[in-house]
Amino acid sequence: MGKDRILNFAIRYGFLILMAGLVIYFSLAAPGFGSAISAVFILQSVAITGILALGVTCTLVVDGFDLSIGSVATTALMLSAYAMVVLEMSAFSAVMLCLIMGAVVGLINGILIVKFRVPDLLATLGMMFLLIGLQRIPTQGNSIATGMNLPDGSVAEGTFSPAFLAIGRHRVDLFIDDFVPVPVIVFLLIALAIWIFLGFTRHGRLMYAIGSNERAASLVGTPVNRYKIAAYMISGVMASVGGILLAARLGRGDIASGNNLLLDSVAAALIGYAVLGAARPNAFGTAIGALFVGILLQGLTMMNAPYYTQDFVKGAVLVVALVFTFYLSSRRGAGGKK
Amino acid sequence: MTKSACQIRGLEKSFAQNRVLRGIDLDLRFGEVTVLMGANGAGKSTLVKVLCGYHRKDSGTLELDGVPYDPKDAADAISKGVVTVHQTIDDGVIPDLDVAANLTLNRLTEPGAGFFVRDRKMRAEAQKVADSMGLTMDMRTRVGDLEVADRQMIAIARAMARVPQVLILDEPTSSLSATEADRLFNLIDRLRDQGVAILYISHRMSDIRRIADKIVCMRDGAMSGFFDAAPLDYEGAVRAMLGRSMAEVEIDPAKGGKPVLELRSIKLTEDTAPIDVTVRDGEVVAITGLLGSGKTRLAEIIFGLAQPVGGGMQIDGKAYMPGHAREAVRAGVFMSPKDRGTNAVIPDFDIANNMTLPFLGVFSRMSMLKGRQQKSVTDRMIEQIGIVCQSNADSILTLSGGNQQKVMIGRWLIEQCRVLVLDEPFQGVDIGARRDIGSHIRRTAAGRATIVFVSEIDEAIEIADRIIVLNEGAVVGEHINKNIDLGMLVAQVSGLSAQARAAG
Repeated sequence: MGKDRILNFAIRYGFLILMAGLVIYFSLAAPGFGSAISAVFILQSVAITGILALGVTCTLVVDGFDLSIGSVATTALMLSAYAMVVLEMSAFSAVMLCLIMGAVVGLINGILIVKFRVPDLLATLGMMFLLIGLQRIPTQGNSIATGMNLPDGSVAEGTFSPAFLAIGRHRVDLFIDDFVPVPVIVFLLIALAIWIFLGFTRHGRLMYAIGSNERAASLVGTPVNRYKIAAYMISGVMASVGGILLAARLGRGDIASGNNLLLDSVAAALIGYAVLGAARPNAFGTAIGALFVGILLQGLTMMNAPYYTQDFVKGAVLVVALVFTFYLSSRRGAGGKK
Repeated sequence: MTKSACQIRGLEKSFAQNRVLRGIDLDLRFGEVTVLMGANGAGKSTLVKVLCGYHRKDSGTLELDGVPYDPKDAADAISKGVVTVHQTIDDGVIPDLDVAANLTLNRLTEPGAGFFVRDRKMRAEAQKVADSMGLTMDMRTRVGDLEVADRQMIAIARAMARVPQVLILDEPTSSLSATEADRLFNLIDRLRDQGVAILYISHRMSDIRRIADKIVCMRDGAMSGFFDAAPLDYEGAVRAMLGRSMAEVEIDPAKGGKPVLELRSIKLTEDTAPIDVTVRDGEVVAITGLLGSGKTRLAEIIFGLAQPVGGGMQIDGKAYMPGHAREAVRAGVFMSPKDRGTNAVIPDFDIANNMTLPFLGVFSRMSMLKGRQQKSVTDRMIEQIGIVCQSNADSILTLSGGNQQKVMIGRWLIEQCRVLVLDEPFQGVDIGARRDIGSHIRRTAAGRATIVFVSEIDEAIEIADRIIVLNEGAVVGEHINKNIDLGMLVAQVSGLSAQARAAG
């Protein structure tokens, strides 16, 4: 009995306790870590990854997977730059264009998977390749910045509008002037929205039902295909939001940015399985997972760990989290009723 | 007298409190087909699983040709000469490989098998196996492209490549057509002539008549009948299989009010007779028949999962032809499907969410779920239908089969419907839960038409006002559930009367 309770407690709160332990350790070991500025810095560092991770969480919930999120984000980055710099569109039009692009990519992913029965990993892998290639074609593989030479010999005269740059760079006053960056606010709002959507609406509940037993969900009258497509569309739109924020922060259409987005965000979503012993995709866990990685990296950086150890650390966290989820939860399952 | 190939004495097996096999005695003889009959839950499949090494016996003795036999696992059983062909064919073959590879697959794992696969040699060997079994298909065809019967033959042929002493066939004809089944029987005849002892599990009368040398019946984990005197007493066997449970529920059959669901000349396939059935308000109609009689197809048509070849349906006089489960639910037709594990249970959800799944719209405002209301309705249903659980927040997987089934049926009783379809509601359900479900369905029957699809006659007698018998896709009998002529019912289910008509 006692052993069971300890195990249950460990599964439920182990990850959060570990995270609290890390925060305390870093605060003591690295001067400056335990400050509000450092907290905002961590949030800022995980905001874009976190938004993508929340999108991929929706596809994980319906037992799917979206490998194209990273390339959707970079496509949004390039598209917004192209729209403003080359086509000289307004910030608003550029943002809308990117969001529509994300939704359309999600729609195509969904249709490939649902109607053409392409396995999710393969469909989105194909889409990833396609987008990586596509975003290079209009600029012949070059990054986009004001004053660049265009293929037809003219010079691009458009600029990133200040309104657009503000999305990535403006800081909102909160206790301290110019404190919380806009991307952090966007991240927190999206996390809240997806948490409510997946956890507390009937649509979210049906999506979990589809992920758990698709056939049973269909036999109670759930339009399974529509929900699956919707999940990929949410994922696509989230990824393009991430791309827009990245573009606004960088201020140029940098072809080489965003290489790590896919792996980082998938890791965050998978780490989220371990939070509160959920053992399934969930928005709260995903947000915590993204934060966990952010805290760890920030702490290690402040303790002078070299940057090239970062991926190793992320990988190690992911493996530990997966063991938490699958091994411990299965032990609990075998132990019978609570 | 033929020798005993496999001798079973006092075999017992329990799962926790549940004594599934209570002292089985059985002899399988060389060159003889022993047919094993038993209702759902009689313990047939447990017996098979002990024989083929999937479960270990608790007590009792097993002997193979006089040598003690206690298989550790499936491979051990096969190496000792006990080969089993399971009900689901695709467990036995690898669809992506060709016929030759499938027939010689086990050679690849044998000690001494070379590193490289030699196609030509493999095909030659496969051809030899195929010839000995009378298989004629091209060795290079992908098995996935073959018909079901051919796939089944290949599974059996590969099993035979091991030269077994005992061959166990678990409902092998359940997905075969009549002509396909014929080919299987010819194969069985050939194996019998080669001296193999065959245990054949089925309750399809036509199969049994065709191949049985001996019939044994199981009920509640014990042997309940043994027939080997020619001519075999088939009806006696069916009675022994169903047993005393028949008369335990008294039903006063209701006539029903005005017609609710009317099936008009529904044709299941091109060459079956049209089906006309009317189900009335407040009436519970059981549609029974063997596997392959068309029950499942008919249930699917009513719920919009399949389309009939011809004919139409009406609900309350209005035309009804759903194209999807969703449309059926909207028209007030609810169905609890068979095989709850694959078709109904959401394993990740607790009882409350499983119960309310079809009607989440009712339990939400502006899409936001009202969890408290979900729980209170679930609690009421748990109370009414008698679900044994700690609370509505238990994971569905912690419940026993019977209680899971109560949740699956309870979910469709939350809202009032016009037509309630229950497909095999007593599958994998213990007798107590079965009674609970049956009496609850009858209690709540007013205000809707209820159709129950069951393959066991006793289940039909327990729940229905009226019993309709399907055979080979056509209605062959109809009985008001009062003083039923059991002999006739059994004959209709097994297709005896149809054959008598054809002969006369």
